Amino acid sequence: MSATPERPERRVNYLNAAYGVRSWLLTTDHKRIALLYLIGVTFFFALGGIAAALIRVELLTPAGDVFQAETYNKLFTTHGVMMVFFFMIPGIPGVLGNFLIPLMIGAKDVAFPRLNLLSWYLYIIGALMAFWAVVHGGVDTGWTFYTPYSTVYSNGWVVVTAVGIFIAGFSSILTGLNFLVTIHTMRAPGMTWMRMPLFCWGMYATGIIQILGTPVIAITLLLVAAERLFHLGIFDPAQGGDPVLFQHLFWFYSHPAVYIMILPAMAVISELVTAFSRKPIFGYKFIAASSVAIAVLSFLVWGHHMFVSGQSVYAGIVFSILSFMVAIPSAIKVFNWTATLYKGSVSYQTPLLYALGFIGLFTFGGLTGLMLATLGLDIHVHDTYFIVAHFHYIMVGGTIMAYLGGLHFWWPKISGRIYPEYWSRVSAWVIFVGFNLTFFPQFIVGYLGMPRRYHQYPEEFQVLNVMSTAGASILGIGYVIPLVYFIWSMRYGAYAADNPWGATGLEWETPSPPPTENFPETPTVSGRPYDYLTARDREAAIG
Amino acid sequence: MADVRAHAADSREDDAHPPELRHHFANLPAQREASTLAMWMFLVTEVLFFGGMFTAYVVYRSTYRRAFEGASNLLDLTLGTVNTAVLICSSLTMALAVWASGAGKKKATILFLIGTILLGGVFLGIKAVEYTQKFQHHEVPGPHFVVPLDERTHQPLPRQSEMFFSLYFCMTGLHAAHMIIGVGLLTWLIVKAKNDAFSPRYNTPVDLVGLYWHFVDVIWIFLFPLLYLLGRHTL
Amino acid sequence: MPFLPEEASSFARHVDHLYLFLIAITAFFSVLIGTLVVYFAIRYHRRAPDEVATEVHENAVLEIVWTVIPLGLVLIMFYWGTRVYFRITRPPANAIEIYVTAKQWMWKIQHTDGHREMNELHVPVGMPVRLTMASEDVIHSFYVPAFRFKRDVVPGRFSAAWFEAVKPGKYHLFCAEYCGTRHSNMIGWVYAMTPADYQAWLSGGTPGESLASAGAKRFVEHACNTCHGDQPGARGPSLAGIFGKVIHFSDGSSRIADEAYIRESIVNPQAKLVAGYPPIMPTFQGQISEEGLLQLTAYIKSLSSAPAGTGAAQTGPGLSPGPPTPIPPPSAPERKTQTP
Repeated sequence: MSATPERPERRVNYLNAAYGVRSWLLTTDHKRIALLYLIGVTFFFALGGIAAALIRVELLTPAGDVFQAETYNKLFTTHGVMMVFFFMIPGIPGVLGNFLIPLMIGAKDVAFPRLNLLSWYLYIIGALMAFWAVVHGGVDTGWTFYTPYSTVYSNGWVVVTAVGIFIAGFSSILTGLNFLVTIHTMRAPGMTWMRMPLFCWGMYATGIIQILGTPVIAITLLLVAAERLFHLGIFDPAQGGDPVLFQHLFWFYSHPAVYIMILPAMAVISELVTAFSRKPIFGYKFIAASSVAIAVLSFLVWGHHMFVSGQSVYAGIVFSILSFMVAIPSAIKVFNWTATLYKGSVSYQTPLLYALGFIGLFTFGGLTGLMLATLGLDIHVHDTYFIVAHFHYIMVGGTIMAYLGGLHFWWPKISGRIYPEYWSRVSAWVIFVGFNLTFFPQFIVGYLGMPRRYHQYPEEFQVLNVMSTAGASILGIGYVIPLVYFIWSMRYGAYAADNPWGATGLEWETPSPPPTENFPETPTVSGRPYDYLTARDREAAIG
Repeated sequence: MADVRAHAADSREDDAHPPELRHHFANLPAQREASTLAMWMFLVTEVLFFGGMFTAYVVYRSTYRRAFEGASNLLDLTLGTVNTAVLICSSLTMALAVWASGAGKKKATILFLIGTILLGGVFLGIKAVEYTQKFQHHEVPGPHFVVPLDERTHQPLPRQSEMFFSLYFCMTGLHAAHMIIGVGLLTWLIVKAKNDAFSPRYNTPVDLVGLYWHFVDVIWIFLFPLLYLLGRHTL
Repeated sequence: MPFLPEEASSFARHVDHLYLFLIAITAFFSVLIGTLVVYFAIRYHRRAPDEVATEVHENAVLEIVWTVIPLGLVLIMFYWGTRVYFRITRPPANAIEIYVTAKQWMWKIQHTDGHREMNELHVPVGMPVRLTMASEDVIHSFYVPAFRFKRDVVPGRFSAAWFEAVKPGKYHLFCAEYCGTRHSNMIGWVYAMTPADYQAWLSGGTPGESLASAGAKRFVEHACNTCHGDQPGARGPSLAGIFGKVIHFSDGSSRIADEAYIRESIVNPQAKLVAGYPPIMPTFQGQISEEGLLQLTAYIKSLSSAPAGTGAAQTGPGLSPGPPTPIPPPSAPERKTQTP
């Protein structure tokens, strides 16, 4: 552990280097941009969360007695659009990726700092366009925009929302591009690929998906907008178009997109597990290779969203076997994280609680994914709450828990303050319990046959829905608590040391918070990554 | 507090700090390498971007072969061929501009950039003429579309010929939008060249815009045969 | 079991067995990982602030083992899943044909003898039923959880799938593809009945005009008979007896004439040109409703006397035999249409 810092409020760091709104809105410092993303994604997460709360209120009773049908349809669309495009996709890359990658590789900033700021503005503009659409009446197509409903029949603000997502998509492309070039060209001397933190490997794999997949959703949404505005008929069967072609183009991105959502989370978990076992991660090469394998394989499985829509039986078989293949690298990671704990020195701080929660919930959720890759089974559960439960286990039980774990782990570095450990542990448990109570019953009610996107349902499904809503209220409370104490800590939290966790990594060799230029001189790297044992032995020998 | 960012790196530089070097890069070659890598990656994203429409075109062409063949024959082959030649020449002038900027020849750089813009303008002008023709013949998809007659048999083409024109306008329209952006980038380069921004030491922006311009040209080289040439009845 | 719906179709049981196998694997690995993680966290809990962990070296053999074992397991899952999938997607030859038109926000069901139902489907137990479905507007999905049956109904094409009810009862029918405002209202019931009850139901109601008969009228209405009327020197090929036969095209390829081929020939006739005929058939895309296309298809099917090996068999309790001539007189006296 480092010594107690000098009076931290006297020292110049990236937070107090300049004051005023302009210094934030025109910043090119990756660390400030990360905080701008933090504010943005938190706001849109709250919006999506409110929509979710309202959905769960409606689903307390079998009758559609709280909202009109069209309003409910707009609620689940808003929830999906906000959460997927304006929270999950930009979240970990925008906040943790931006903040950490230059620090972890010993660079002063990302390769293109102005492009980085542009990425944030594109995100905000796109998100605000979608928000505008919500406020002015909303969209009721579902976040999946299936045609011809979205292009011909829907009465909502489809074009505005589609264009908003299109613009935010460019934010994602430019962020991925920035990270890829940064990792390729700006690693400090001595930091070979095999010495790079696994967080960077995960962000690199994410970048590959961002630049290859996002352009396809961009053109697809553009075509949807063009069809709606100019009555083109590219996806409208009445004019010879093919709605299934839309599905192919949509899922060609949207399946890899879910790996944009999970790879950064896995990247965080690799860091947390090793730091809180105080031991080199087990199977570094295999975890790194798995990240890249997942990125590549993710592009080959999109048809598993379409087993029931009329693609050929043989296409189904191909997509099924490939979907099973893409699960293997994820399993490899889970086994390696587990093995890292073995014979480690495990400390139960909050980031580790989130990491352990992730490992359990991601494993379970991922295995239910295998159920969906199974052709004979997917026919029955497709478009039911079983699917909803599966993806929430991965995205909420997985990604959001990893995001929170990462926020807690790096919060001292980001803010220079410590959050209250008691409340952070309480909220981790509240989230874990609330999450499982919300989503586990959905597996059951889904297999029993409750379709998704229904605001009224047969009575026999009520008990499970009530359980789910009860869980959702607990989960909501769990999310509010960290919001409160993180903000509280920025003013009243104890000052953080440079390396409060005793973790390895170049980011911990800078002050908390770091100065704007990150490192006074470019560091040189030698020795293996996660060098816990050798360094400690060396320290012990010196005495 | 003064912004300390810019200065920490400077004191380590051996030469005078070149004005083009951004502070977070170690030196100009590193900056050039990173920028060039970024542009190539961006062009890959553009391949995927256009790729969605190429996919739709291939799928519908094979489903509605006769409609697409018939409609394709209604495109003006002469104008399309001229446009192809014009674009290839503009890639030549662009390549020459890159060479000139790297050789420190300011006048030649500006001349070649202007030449590229002019050729690009000719391309866009011809496209505007083609679009106007389509509009006049009611071949624009939408409520005013009239099913055109087959060139040879003078019978109405199948209704799905409208799909051909939808894709024609979307694909060439997106291409034209990229050309307009390219013309804007070229104008910006001329301004920078006038201000002596380029030298044998530093001509990365010209190089990268050149990559972009060549890419837009290559997209046309795929569009032209797919839209104009396949299944052509006569020259 | 409270977490499984009734197993009311012939393949429901197979789907559930597959599910239970997958639950077992999920439970096994979740418990394994969960237990290991918790156990390691407790067993190796840090006891002193300067405690040092033990070096555990990389082990490529272990990595290979825990790659290969999951790989083997997923291959088993894949194989079993595909077998069940083949069972689900391969209709047997002697299925009863029922036609479904999906429309925002209702299911219009039509039996070949003319019985029409709205949001309800009566089927006999113990006989395979093949649904040929069309949508008049957006994508819908016909979902009967108790049968483990689901198939998207996509506009612009026919969608076909089959089931065989094994247990009499009343089962939920849901639309499972979001289709707009009243998606959650697009629900109904499937009634599986014993053969005797089904017979009673069939003869009890007053069926309307059979699909084939309605199709025959459309055939004339759209002047199809002017080219396909079997007159000498007709410009179009004869349609008598083509259903289920191999058709040869001008580019040398061939295909068995099924419902999808008939539909395509009407809306996109240039896609496949019958050998020996000029490519002059106009397209009827956008001019005939989906229901009309179903009727024409049923009519053309009826021009084939029950060919062996396809789903066109029209025999069965209470179903009228298809007329063999191109333009048949109505095969039954006009009766009041059954009101939905």
